[in-house]
Amino acid sequence: MSQTSPMDPTSPMSTTAPTAPVTSAAPTGALNASRTTATAARVLRQLRHDPRTIALMIFVPCLMLVLLRYVFDASPRTFDDIGASLLGIFPLITMFLVTSIATLRERTSGTLERLLAMPLGKADLIAGYALAFGALAVVQSALATGLAEWFLGLDVTGSPWLLLLVALLDALLGTALGLFVSAFAASEFQAVQFMPAVIFPQLLLCGLFTPRSDMHPALTAVSDALPMSYAVDAMNQVLHHTDMTTTFVRDVLIVAGCALLVLALGAATLRRRTA
Amino acid sequence: MMNNAVRADDLTVVRGRRTVLHHLGFTVPPGRITGLLGPSGCGKSTLMRAIVGTQAGVTGTLDVLGHAAGHPALRSRVGYVTQAPSVYDDLTVRQNLEYFAAILDPGRAAAERRHEHVTQAITDVDLGSHADALAGTLSGGQRGRVSLAVALLGAPELLVLDEPTVGLDPVLRRDLWHLFHQLAATRGTTLLVSSHVMDEAERCHRLLLMREGEILAADTPGALRTRTGTDTVEAAFLRLVDEAAAASRTQEPTR
Repeated sequence: MSQTSPMDPTSPMSTTAPTAPVTSAAPTGALNASRTTATAARVLRQLRHDPRTIALMIFVPCLMLVLLRYVFDASPRTFDDIGASLLGIFPLITMFLVTSIATLRERTSGTLERLLAMPLGKADLIAGYALAFGALAVVQSALATGLAEWFLGLDVTGSPWLLLLVALLDALLGTALGLFVSAFAASEFQAVQFMPAVIFPQLLLCGLFTPRSDMHPALTAVSDALPMSYAVDAMNQVLHHTDMTTTFVRDVLIVAGCALLVLALGAATLRRRTA
Repeated sequence: MMNNAVRADDLTVVRGRRTVLHHLGFTVPPGRITGLLGPSGCGKSTLMRAIVGTQAGVTGTLDVLGHAAGHPALRSRVGYVTQAPSVYDDLTVRQNLEYFAAILDPGRAAAERRHEHVTQAITDVDLGSHADALAGTLSGGQRGRVSLAVALLGAPELLVLDEPTVGLDPVLRRDLWHLFHQLAATRGTTLLVSSHVMDEAERCHRLLLMREGEILAADTPGALRTRTGTDTVEAAFLRLVDEAAAASRTQEPTR
């Protein structure tokens, strides 16, 4: 057991620096690998105590795909288009929901304040969440992609690994959006309502229902600015092309860039000092 | 040995448009239990949050263990327990502690030491028989003790405890106070414990009496009783409140 150590001899007796406007001057610092993995492990442990949530996260997308396959029983081409798009959309929605609720809980239960009063970097916390939910997204997407391709006859021209890559990036984007949005929700009711507010417009405009070029020019412009459009576009690129196209690379970079940007915005909403 | 674990001078906290703490000046001696007493809403929690560095809108001087409050170097040296237990309900007691221990003392090399700290903390709060129960299934008092155990991890030099005994039965309260005294005596830990229950005041080495964002008095329980000519700290507090109310306009900060 450590005794109360005498005061650091190098520091002056009284740091008369006014504690004045310390607006999270805390060094965000570089990522600490141990703290990040500890956080990811903790998030996964929490989920493990909640098998029903895991089951819902993993199997509901599969179920939807099966449903969709037989909804479009007569037109397998339509299933190809919508199915591939959905492979990108599911991880985004699931991770958005799970992350927004999980971080909201973290904020309201006081554990966030406790963690930020400890030597945990904001980046560690966010990366921990991203890692944990990213891992889940890989499992979810692998199952959904495998099911679609081998059992439901989804006709993918490109590599299924690319599908998986896009799905993972979409999951990250979902995590990032969820984290960001949770800062503006005061309750779980509000957090859930952010789903229609943030996700639905993107869903309508991403080209799932009708090609984006067929929309009103104003809406096409809006959809150009929404990240989900590129997520869906990337999926369609893999669907129709054998190789990585430049459009695919552009799409992937945009989705990844958006995810990082929103993660950074989310980090800014984590405050060590709050009113 | 440093002279003071906490030293405040002209400490003011503004939340929104309201000034919650007005020009406070006080000290907290190291290795002792200092009680922070006052009615609900008098600013105790705000003061504690300022000391641990989670409160925004703080001006004036506030030194904690030789650093400005909230300094990154303090994050592993100060333990803080909020009023509501802040633990993960969907983790077991041990898993909760293991996670926070990994944040305080990360790395594979420290695994053994962490395990010791976790076991020690569970023993300290007497939750050995519940170590593998989910925190969410525990009673309110037990969850509060899990939260306390997290704060004890890594033997912090300063423990800031916001109403740690509220809602606990008399036996547990006695045990916790015993633990607090033990921490101060054997580990040299400085404790700042808030309460609005006056009978707990007698168990502290020193008291800070607060009212409406100001410090009414700072002294030992005995000296407070003597000074006010009363038998209990509660009576002393009421006497001081009446005096303060009478001398309404005369601003008399710390004496």
